[in-house]
Amino acid sequence: MESKSRIDTISLVLFVVIAAVGVASVYSATYELGAESILEGRSGKQLMWFGVSAAIGVIIFLLNANFFELFSMYFYVALMLLLVVVLGIGSDINGARSWIKIGSISIQPSEFAKYGTAFAVATLLSNIDFSWNRGKDLIKIATVILIPMGLIVLQGDTGSALVFLSFFLVFYREGLTPTILVIGLVAILVFVLTLVFTSLYFSCGTAVLFLIFHAFTYSNKKLLVPSLKILGIVVLFSLSVQFLFDNVLQKHQQKRIQVTLNLIEDNQGAGYNVNQSKIAIGSGGASGKGFLNGSHTKGNFIPEQETDFIFCTIGEEGGWIYSSLTIGLFMAFILRLYHLGNRAKKKFKRIFISSLASIIFFHVLVNVGMTIGLMPVIGIPLPLISYGGSSVLAFCIFILTALKMDASRDGDLVSAYA
Amino acid sequence: MNKLRSNYIYFGVVLIGLVYIIRLLQIQVLDDKYVNIAERISLRKQTVYPQRGLIFDRNKKLIVYNDPVYDLMVSVPIRLKGIDTAAFCQLLQIERKEFDTRLAKAKRASYRGKSVFKKNVANLLYARVQERLFEFNGFFFEIRQDRNYKYNSAAHLLGYLGEVNRKQLKAQSEVYYEQGDFNGKKGVERFYEKELRGVKGEEYFYVDKFGVSRGSYKEGKLDKEAIDGNNLLLSIDIALQQYGEKLLDNKMGSVVAIEPQTGEVLALISSPFYNPTKFNIQNRGKFYNMAINDPTKPIFNRAVSAPYPPGSTFKPVMALLGIEDGAITKNTHFGCQGYYRLGRRIIKCHGHTFSTSLQRSIASSCNTYYCNTFKNMMQLEKYENTEAAYNSWQTYLSSFGLGKKLGIDISGEYRGWLKDAAFYDKMHGAGRWNYARIISLSFGQGELGLTPLQIANIAASIANRGYYYTPHVVRQLENMESIPEKYLVKNYTMISPDNFGPVIEGMQEVTISGTASHIAIPGINIAGKTGTVQNPHGKNHSAYMAFAPVDNPKIAIAVVVEEAGYGSTWAAPIAHLMIERYLMGDSIGPSARVYLENKMIDSDLIPYKYKGLRNKSLYGE
Repeated sequence: MESKSRIDTISLVLFVVIAAVGVASVYSATYELGAESILEGRSGKQLMWFGVSAAIGVIIFLLNANFFELFSMYFYVALMLLLVVVLGIGSDINGARSWIKIGSISIQPSEFAKYGTAFAVATLLSNIDFSWNRGKDLIKIATVILIPMGLIVLQGDTGSALVFLSFFLVFYREGLTPTILVIGLVAILVFVLTLVFTSLYFSCGTAVLFLIFHAFTYSNKKLLVPSLKILGIVVLFSLSVQFLFDNVLQKHQQKRIQVTLNLIEDNQGAGYNVNQSKIAIGSGGASGKGFLNGSHTKGNFIPEQETDFIFCTIGEEGGWIYSSLTIGLFMAFILRLYHLGNRAKKKFKRIFISSLASIIFFHVLVNVGMTIGLMPVIGIPLPLISYGGSSVLAFCIFILTALKMDASRDGDLVSAYA
Repeated sequence: MNKLRSNYIYFGVVLIGLVYIIRLLQIQVLDDKYVNIAERISLRKQTVYPQRGLIFDRNKKLIVYNDPVYDLMVSVPIRLKGIDTAAFCQLLQIERKEFDTRLAKAKRASYRGKSVFKKNVANLLYARVQERLFEFNGFFFEIRQDRNYKYNSAAHLLGYLGEVNRKQLKAQSEVYYEQGDFNGKKGVERFYEKELRGVKGEEYFYVDKFGVSRGSYKEGKLDKEAIDGNNLLLSIDIALQQYGEKLLDNKMGSVVAIEPQTGEVLALISSPFYNPTKFNIQNRGKFYNMAINDPTKPIFNRAVSAPYPPGSTFKPVMALLGIEDGAITKNTHFGCQGYYRLGRRIIKCHGHTFSTSLQRSIASSCNTYYCNTFKNMMQLEKYENTEAAYNSWQTYLSSFGLGKKLGIDISGEYRGWLKDAAFYDKMHGAGRWNYARIISLSFGQGELGLTPLQIANIAASIANRGYYYTPHVVRQLENMESIPEKYLVKNYTMISPDNFGPVIEGMQEVTISGTASHIAIPGINIAGKTGTVQNPHGKNHSAYMAFAPVDNPKIAIAVVVEEAGYGSTWAAPIAHLMIERYLMGDSIGPSARVYLENKMIDSDLIPYKYKGLRNKSLYGE
């Protein structure tokens, strides 16, 4: 009784709704008094990219279900080559060499690199021999991630490179020991505390905690050595953070981080964007100022408001109701994608789809967090909402590929639950 | 294991979602600081200034109209990205250094998102800058109404506008004025400020980060339209006013002419005067110090603010008081040997017949007659002592409006000097003074000071045979049913109407056979009284008071020319010329009294000590 499985309606609807919110937001963010309809200008272009994506989507759905799995490494290699090419012939926009100009349109290969990397990661992890305990495998997986990250950093777009950290969520999901995540989180904690209190005070504080800990557990001699080791590592890390922060990071990077941690107030300089963004969103109130009525976004007080700071328009004009609704939509979409991954019978598909979910999650986490002052300013787009052809096209193809994989799951053999 | 980790991830996604939604709740709903900041940054209020009421003369000739002034403003917070500062400086014709200081100052003085960059930009410069202003984001013009004048005349009476000062801003019970607004500072501009100013309107709109308007706020629901001020019709006859100013040119003094039947002021002149245009918003900065430093005090409104001893022009009042009080009768004669003896003191009189009647005493201005009258009054048996008699005398005078402000609708009115008995008690000791101490009051000298307005009002009261209307310069206020109530009621003097006859006869004789007979105007029956006021600081003041025609008075007039000499030489001719001009209007030939007219116009009676200290540019066009 082979029932032909269909495209997942829930995620398709969420996808279309988020895309519609995106077009409307871009229209509002670039709206000029007495100006064109939604079909013209930047919103029109955005709409066109969704159209192009739909056309590509049709092709994707016409392809054989196994096409992607068969050619996955070619996708990866091709897209990595594109990243190399951009370093050679790319053109500079805003100080980053991440664009290839073809006629009148510019393509940003780094947006597509995530798609390719997801294929490579899925291929590697779904290999029947793969083991997290084998060094060769770890090197392989690390290489696959570090190649695009390195190339993108070379382009001068650190923000986009950081997105590849989202694969760690997939690795965790696929069995990588959580220790590395815990160490990562502790590292972030130490990093923040060091910058807040300086490494000297932080180290002293940790030492005091260590003494108190031993005062309660002095009978247990076994704990002494490992906890001393941890103390040493933490202090060493804190000192190196201080050193790196003071001597390696550039002034504007230091400031961005300090502004985010509320260590300095710099509303005219490094903190200008975030401050204006918070004002715009905050002034939206509970129900917003109404579509096209955002005085702060309309007044062009926020730079990049149709791209990285698009969430300001939603927050100001839609208020808390619409901004939380948008967050809700994204969270629902991400959860649904994880669910699609979970229900896939093939490991390859599961990893590919959850890579997509993790990447979207990372984008939303960082992008929205930045506009409301919870994250440092890292210039990555809000998926499907921020204006930008490459981002829209890459995410759409990514999502449609994932939906195609899900739609064709019925033909798959059940793989072992590893 | 994997199932658990998958659930952890689900949980992590939901947790982050909730954290963000709560964070949004915090900055959007719970904390309203951002709303205020956003409005401060992008919401602007533009004041719409109404047209100030126009001012006309009694014949509906336009005197004062509006003239826009342009203030170059800058948006605050100031963002000057992408502005070609050099080009802007060149356009404004200022140095880069000045640009920087002005900008710094504007930054400090910001008020409601804007600040003045350059005040009162000249019309020509405005036209040139406005054309290219779009290149300089953040700069814009604010237009306000300044005054301009059809005639180089009536400056004191009209007054001028100025910026509301800090004290006035603070004292407002209902906030209307803002820093930088104009209001009337002097004259009718000040007195009728509320009627003339109208009501300011407001427009709210959003601006972008360059301060450029982005459309109205809430579709203009909060906007208020400006209501234009009411036009004001003055009782002044601008032709008469100008004629009087011509006669009084190069003299220090004052003329006040009143229509007795209504109390309307026909002309109110204070000389030296200034060109009102030189004192409007655009020009005053340049001329104010010049005016202040001029020893002839050209901005001092002598007509309502300067107290002069009335001298002999006071004698008709003394005669009226004497008859009313019973000190003399209409038929009383006093002998005069050319002086009045008071113990060892002698008060001189002029050459005239030995025995004077009431009428002749006025016509020939006999001092002796009034010394006797005053002595009788102070010694009347009905009074307990001199103090009581004096207080009664003072009460009579107050009924003419002396010693108090009459209540004219011009700022700066002075009440004059009229002391009460207590003053002399203090000076000489209670009960230790009598008429002899204060005898000079009887002929208008001593501790007595009347403004030209008060003297003119005496003339009007005599013309009316016993009452006056409070003098006023308003004739009609647009959109108001009537002029203020107090200008419509008769104020009665304490003299009964019957007693005016002989006094008026005497005043008539002045112009027939008395001190002003040499300048009688054929065809016009004038009742007058000359005065030569002793002045301890220089030459005598020349004074005159008159009304005409006697039987149906149309004009009552007072003239004072400082440090000029006899009343009959200067003040009387000026008064007569003005009376003739007013009553005969254009029907008098241009050459009727050419000699007299030219003598008045051409004479420079400014005291020698002030010559060379005056700056003529204050008066000219």
